[in-house]
Amino acid sequence: MSEFEPKIVGFFCNWCTFTAADLAGTSRLSYPHNIKIIRMMCSGMVDPKYVIKAFLNGADGVLIGGCWPGDCHYINGNLKARRRVAMLTEILKEYGIDEKRFWLRWIAASEGTMLREVVNDMTAKLKELGPSPLNREALGEKSEKAKMIG
Amino acid sequence: MANFTKLSFKKGELNQKLADLFKGMMEKGVVDALLAPMIQPKRGVMLTLVTDPSHLGALDPFAPVVPVNGARIASSITAKPSGRKTAMVLRSCEIRALVELCKLKQANLDDVLLIGMDCLGRYENLDFVKLRAEGQSSEAFLEKALAGNTESGGCDVSGACKICEFPVPDNVDLRLCAIGTGAEAVYLESLTPKGDKALEAAGLNTGETPAGREAAVQQLVKKRKEACDAALAQYRESTPSIDALEDRVANCINCYNCRVACPVCYCKECVFVTDTFRHNGDQYMGWADTFGTLKMPTDTIFYHLTRMSHMSLFCVGCGQCTSACPNSIDLMPMFRAAAQKTQGRFDYQAGRSHDEKQPLTVFENDELVEVTGQVK
Ligand code: SF4
Ligand code: SF4
Ligand code: FES
Repeated sequence: MSEFEPKIVGFFCNWCTFTAADLAGTSRLSYPHNIKIIRMMCSGMVDPKYVIKAFLNGADGVLIGGCWPGDCHYINGNLKARRRVAMLTEILKEYGIDEKRFWLRWIAASEGTMLREVVNDMTAKLKELGPSPLNREALGEKSEKAKMIG
Repeated sequence: MANFTKLSFKKGELNQKLADLFKGMMEKGVVDALLAPMIQPKRGVMLTLVTDPSHLGALDPFAPVVPVNGARIASSITAKPSGRKTAMVLRSCEIRALVELCKLKQANLDDVLLIGMDCLGRYENLDFVKLRAEGQSSEAFLEKALAGNTESGGCDVSGACKICEFPVPDNVDLRLCAIGTGAEAVYLESLTPKGDKALEAAGLNTGETPAGREAAVQQLVKKRKEACDAALAQYRESTPSIDALEDRVANCINCYNCRVACPVCYCKECVFVTDTFRHNGDQYMGWADTFGTLKMPTDTIFYHLTRMSHMSLFCVGCGQCTSACPNSIDLMPMFRAAAQKTQGRFDYQAGRSHDEKQPLTVFENDELVEVTGQVK
């Protein structure tokens, strides 16, 4: 059996973490392909719905990347994001979605190396945790039991 | 300093006594209008806006029914204020929701004399109508309920009421007290300068404090808290996963009645009825292709989790969601369980105080460091 490859959805702020991912690319710092990146204008624009939908569709992890406190281009979108993440974590935990699957990290535009470390680290931790209880494909339920969660 | 007025009544005349009280308040110009539960001409008891005191004969505040959470009604009357002084007689769950709506600028208490009443629970609407038809009076209910028995004719008060740890309303000008006040008497307690002024203008003297009240309230709150802890523990045990949640809401038809009935579902237009969720045919086909089948309507779990993320910070546990569901899904514990966690995370309690900011409307630079675990 091949090793479990976690699927991570990344919501990255255009001004920092997304740029860091770009920098990592141009600097040839390779990081796992497990992450699918969605570019946002600010971490403060990540609606809890996006995160819920990602998990319901079987993501093993969600990573939100934003500017460091004080550096948000919209002044405080990242601090609002932090409150929302805390709130949503409480709801997800109630239904068995471990908080180790839902990360918020500050990664500045220049921090390509840190971007790589965070994605590596998250991928490794998710491998340890195993598939999300909602990743019905990885859990081998595709044939009869799998339905779109809805 | 407690500030109580005793209202003694003869058996069978509680409503008359209260009608006289409010009639006096209106005639003396303490208020211009009254919003209170009244017996309806056909059947049932509903909140009714009264501007002519001669109609107060139908008043029935202690009727054990809450067809609509009154915070919604108070919001319709005050969001765009009339400028007329209005007394509103509401229960704790209604008042706590109203406090949250005020913070959202969807209600305004400037012209309102808020009168909270002790609550021993409400029956489901149709149960109440049935019990009334069989002759149950509010007084008879009060008497039995105060002795600890709310069961009647095969019906009982709602599950939400049995685990409500707020039988006594806070954040009110006046409080209509029935718990621990002895037989054939209720008390009116003033808690604010506005309340004092109202009592004075109505010519009511304060005096006697009901001796047994504090102990009786404490005992009831303790009992309810224990019941609440047990109910939420049982809910969590039975619904620990999304899989179990799917099972719980398996009969949901996405009618969204639960959020229409919810007093703190505050969005003017729910995203689930916008174009965002009116997908194209090929979108549905695509999802069906992925798994071979697609349950319609879609997005049921998505809806319930999103609703939790929007309003669990304000959930007051009134149980109107459960009462509204045409498919008998018991939503109240679902939302109360989420609320306990989200409100707990921010040390917030829905309806506790007008001065506490709603958690997602404020933030600090140095807080919640554990979320990212990063320090510069
Ligand atoms: S979610 Fe249910 S219990 Fe909570 S405030 Fe709304 S209607 Fe009341
Ligand atoms: S009221 Fe019941 S059926 Fe309607 S959306 Fe809510 S849970 Fe589903
Ligand atoms: S602009 Fe990057 S987090 Fe707000």
